[in-house]
Amino acid sequence: MFLNAFLLALREIRRNLMRSFLTILGIVIGVAAVITMVTLGHGTTQIVAGQISSLGSNLIIMRPGQRMGLGGSPRFRLADTEAIANQINGIRAVAPSVQNGATVIMGGKNWSSTVNGTTNSFFAVGNWEIVSGRKFSDDDEKSGRAVCVLGETVRQKLFGSANPVGSSLRVKNFSCEIIGLLESKGQSAMGMDQDDVVVMPIRTVQRRLTGDNDVTVILLSMKDGMDADQVMMQMRRLMRERRKLSENEEDNFNILDTKQIAQTLSVTIGTITNLLAAVAAVSLLVGGIGIMNIMLVSVTERTREIGIRLAIGALEHEVLLQFLTEAVALSAFGGLVGIVLAFVTCLALSALMQMPFIFDLGINLLAFTFSAMIGVLFGYMPARRAASLDPIKALRHE
Amino acid sequence: MNVSAKEKNLIEFHGITKTYGVGQAAFQALRGIGLAIRQGEFLAIMGPSGSGKSTAMNILGCLDTPSSGAFLFQGVHVEHLDRNQRALLRRNFLGFVFQGFNLLSRTSAQENVELPLLYRGEAAATRHHAAREALELVGLDGWEHRTPAELSGGQQQRVAIARAIVTHPLVLLADEPTGNLDSKRSHEIMELLVRLNREKNITVLMVTHEPDMAFYCSRVIHFVDGLIARDGRAHLHPTARDVPCS
Ligand SMILES: Nc1ncnc2c1ncn2[C@@H]1O[C@H](COP(=O)(O)OP(=O)(O)OP(=O)(O)O)[C@@H](O)[C@H]1O
Ligand SMILES: [Mg+2]
Repeated sequence: MFLNAFLLALREIRRNLMRSFLTILGIVIGVAAVITMVTLGHGTTQIVAGQISSLGSNLIIMRPGQRMGLGGSPRFRLADTEAIANQINGIRAVAPSVQNGATVIMGGKNWSSTVNGTTNSFFAVGNWEIVSGRKFSDDDEKSGRAVCVLGETVRQKLFGSANPVGSSLRVKNFSCEIIGLLESKGQSAMGMDQDDVVVMPIRTVQRRLTGDNDVTVILLSMKDGMDADQVMMQMRRLMRERRKLSENEEDNFNILDTKQIAQTLSVTIGTITNLLAAVAAVSLLVGGIGIMNIMLVSVTERTREIGIRLAIGALEHEVLLQFLTEAVALSAFGGLVGIVLAFVTCLALSALMQMPFIFDLGINLLAFTFSAMIGVLFGYMPARRAASLDPIKALRHE
Repeated sequence: MNVSAKEKNLIEFHGITKTYGVGQAAFQALRGIGLAIRQGEFLAIMGPSGSGKSTAMNILGCLDTPSSGAFLFQGVHVEHLDRNQRALLRRNFLGFVFQGFNLLSRTSAQENVELPLLYRGEAAATRHHAAREALELVGLDGWEHRTPAELSGGQQQRVAIARAIVTHPLVLLADEPTGNLDSKRSHEIMELLVRLNREKNITVLMVTHEPDMAFYCSRVIHFVDGLIARDGRAHLHPTARDVPCS
């Protein structure tokens, strides 16, 4: 009997192919959107996790202000970096950093990039290789000479395939000699191009670009086998001491290690993913209402047909089943098409956004089940109406 | 009519009334009908418009229930049955031919005829075979795959008859089966009904306005104002002369 109802439903759907397609469009889009959101969310989480672990599991970042915001909290000084380097155990390298957006010009071309003022330790902390040229000399760092090490993106934008080491470029109002070239690292966890950077000695940036002695971030990497919590606690104690914070004052800086950053980011991504998926789920519901609407129209249109079926002996539940099956077959088919659409979309988007495509069976099954359930939910009322028609009246219906 | 005591009535109406509406608007379409029909009869119901013919047919066809009175089908009190039980009676014992053909549109003749078998749960092969046979019987072999839109009115009505008899029903009910047809097609349909009545021993109950068509029947009942005014053996049409008169 189920098979019969199913065959009848298929026949009916085939008969009205165009309308059936339009009917399921809502479901198709809803299912595709939900799956795409969740799949891309997973992909992003994966990339972030990968990139954070590529930073090294022993990286610690200290920023001014509580939590992740900068606020109006005091910045660091170069002396803070030195104090940390000298007084805390288990550190491999500490680097201060000041970042400043700037347009760099070479010949007729210009490119707006980020100037990162730091020390040679930066290369050690971030595991950066110099693929051509050299790092800063002691003299470069001490006297703040106008020299820079270029990221791969900046090189491509300004020099094409040529090796720029030895030539100069302009940053704002000064000319800067290119002494080295960084290896390419690609996108960062936040989706930023890590190679779009011009690294200069910190004094150079402070003197020529920011005009103060502030250090905005202190980055450090620990020696292998060190306990991050231990190091972070020592840093905190040191900084509170240096800043003369009393017992009841809160920290006006924050220290994070890579693990915490990864956690914070994946929680954030998870929240955004869920939110988007929820929005997409609403369109699934709207799709369900579309199915109900069409099924109601269909019941009215097919009143005579229902009358004929009832007159020749169809039982109430058989007619109910027929229309319910039709609604479920429609919505389930919509779900299937949605899954295929999501698969193709995810494949294309993940190629475009250079992220891994992780097929999540769970969400696919869930979306399919949900779409079928929508068929039951929204198909029941029209089916009930069809089944309870009076055969005599239905036969007379024009 | 020589009713032998052994012979049981297939259908019995006892004081059947049917009232539409309630209160002020109430209208009594049947006002106490008594009727007995035996297996193998070919019965025409005639009468002026609004006299209650269709109302009586709907009750006979177990599509509707009387307001009062007793309706026995094979000794079963149909007036006590619920919707689904009546549907089962229709499915197992009755065949319907309607005035407007009432075939499923965009559905082939073959599939239309298979429909009642589908609800009986017959296997696909059985359905196919039986539908072929029924279509052949009504002279439509070779037209199985046409949809109603591709068939003439007479052919559509023959498909409807094939659908009605494919289950080998005890009773064939036809409410103005020739109402939409020209006289040539009407006579063809009537001859087909006579043949089915005679060869398959199917009891045929038919509503008609045309005395011409009533000639084919073995018994004619006249309705007037919800009552039976006349019930008797008709003047037989030449081609129907051999129909055994019960
Ligand atoms: N559903 C209904 N509600 C109210 N009144 C009805 C209904 N069906 C039929 N009637 C009334 O009952 C009376 C008998 O109707 P019925 O259809 O049985 O007549 P009929 O003999 O078949 O007429 P015709 O030859 O025109 O088909 C008519 O007066 C009609 O108006
Ligand atoms: Mg009538």
